[in-house]
Amino acid sequence: MQVSERFGPEYEAIDVGEVMQVTPAEPLRLDCGVEWSSFPLAYQQYGEMNAAKDNVVLVCHGLTGDQYAASPHPVTGKPGWWEFMIGPGKAIDTDRFCVIATNVIGSCMGSYGPKSLCADTGLPWGLDFPVITIHDMVRAQAALMDALGVAKLAAVIGGSMGGMQVLSWATQFPERVRAAIPLATGARHSAQNIAFHEIGRQAIMADPEWRGGQYVQAGTYPAKGLAVARMTAHVTYLSEQALAEKFGRGLQDKKAIGYGFDADFQVESYLRYQGANFVKRFDPNAYLYITRAMDYFDLASGYGGNLAKAFKRSTAKFCVVSFSSDWCFPTSASRDIVKALTIAGAAVSFVEIESDKGHDAFLLDIDALKEVVGGFLGSLDV
Amino acid sequence: MTELRPDLELIASLIPDGVSVLDAGCGDGTLLAALQARGVHGRGIELDASEVQKAVAKGVAVIQGNMIDDLPDFPDDSADYVILSHSLQMLPNPALTLQQIMRIGKYAIVSVPNFAHWRNRLCLGFTGKVPVTKVLPYQWYDSPNIRFFTLLDFTRLCESLGLRIEKRLVVRYGGTPTWLTGNSFFLANLLAEQGVFLLSRKM
Repeated sequence: MQVSERFGPEYEAIDVGEVMQVTPAEPLRLDCGVEWSSFPLAYQQYGEMNAAKDNVVLVCHGLTGDQYAASPHPVTGKPGWWEFMIGPGKAIDTDRFCVIATNVIGSCMGSYGPKSLCADTGLPWGLDFPVITIHDMVRAQAALMDALGVAKLAAVIGGSMGGMQVLSWATQFPERVRAAIPLATGARHSAQNIAFHEIGRQAIMADPEWRGGQYVQAGTYPAKGLAVARMTAHVTYLSEQALAEKFGRGLQDKKAIGYGFDADFQVESYLRYQGANFVKRFDPNAYLYITRAMDYFDLASGYGGNLAKAFKRSTAKFCVVSFSSDWCFPTSASRDIVKALTIAGAAVSFVEIESDKGHDAFLLDIDALKEVVGGFLGSLDV
Repeated sequence: MTELRPDLELIASLIPDGVSVLDAGCGDGTLLAALQARGVHGRGIELDASEVQKAVAKGVAVIQGNMIDDLPDFPDDSADYVILSHSLQMLPNPALTLQQIMRIGKYAIVSVPNFAHWRNRLCLGFTGKVPVTKVLPYQWYDSPNIRFFTLLDFTRLCESLGLRIEKRLVVRYGGTPTWLTGNSFFLANLLAEQGVFLLSRKM
């Protein structure tokens, strides 16, 4: 079914595309204990499923990404966030593979989230929506795969929070994953990352227009809080070198500093622009829920703190990739994953790609990224 | 299937079908890919990111890393064979690395250059200069090789570490066997440019 959602301070109604109402055989039990018998999950498909339905590559998005990985975003009109990776003859070759990109639960692009309406009240769930985890997101995706008749994925791939989902897939459903490609991610969210997320959440909740999460009912919108959250997070996605090269101390449309608090510097102007655009396409409460899901992610916690044990049942081939200037999910975080996979005896490849673009590198058209992913997927039998 | 380089072919000839192999310093994964075609379960470690990328594209599981930091992660007995090809002379602690690979593998295949090859002896003896040859093609100041040893020295090290030499192949540059030496280790240490050793643990 096609669904329309409302976006931004103006609550503009925009069609978000294909959404499936998933009704699993067993209710979906969330980590917090809540059970869903049925829930909507939005997805986009690129390429065709083969008769055996064994050529599916599941693409998992990061914190503020969505299902529009390789087609124009309905709200912003911009190209898909991984358009350079997905398509005929590209690294994730849709002539061979059927790519499915879902919007995670808890998000705001058609999947079940805090913006969805509660059937009992007819009002948005807001903070009454259950707190979800990365494992919950993956169980919801698995239910979608069941509904689509896909028993086993050819590969599951994603960066950052998408990489967390990849790791969750490989450990929760080891028998359903043939290849796993976690990019720029970690097996747990670090204290530093939790700290930055908390700043973002506090910024949203400190905005008087947030109204305890009931801004829709109040007819308000915490745009300023959400923009500050985005500005903070955005800095963590870049590197000092990238900022220095892109902006330096350059001034924005002026020849001298203004002795005031307008955006004198280009970097200030850039961050304000990032924040202002973000609020048009993302839901403030969804930002709270999804950052929380990342914070709660600690793959080893279910295995007595032993990450290698988490991978013991996995038979997938792994290709772990990090980027040299990423301080959000540094190479050391990827190496911890590789180390655990090595101890578990898994077939694991690992590459650190040289880049000065920070965490954002996995979203940028970098030759080495395309070559590694394309080469790895190319070596799979489908 | 393209033909392997002679030195890789020689190593491959020592490895039975279907076993598990860790190639420490596997380059672009050519040897592992050839072994995998014979049912070998292969893994590799390689320092150079661009070589790792090539290996990954061949469907070989390769970790970008180094012997010192990454070998310790491999559990005891996690491979039937560990290959260490032309690396020992570059390592700060060759004895430790040798012990590591014999902890991981039931067997190890180690290839080393022979500093006592007659050409090296002549060069050092008569010209008074550090040899620069096809096997050791570097000037002393830019060489990655920091350990200079002979086949005899290597044999002594294996003995002192309690390792059994199952096979010793003496080879020319490029990896073709040298037949001239017969069973004489003295001649091997004089005439071979390189040695390939199949090692196992002494019980």
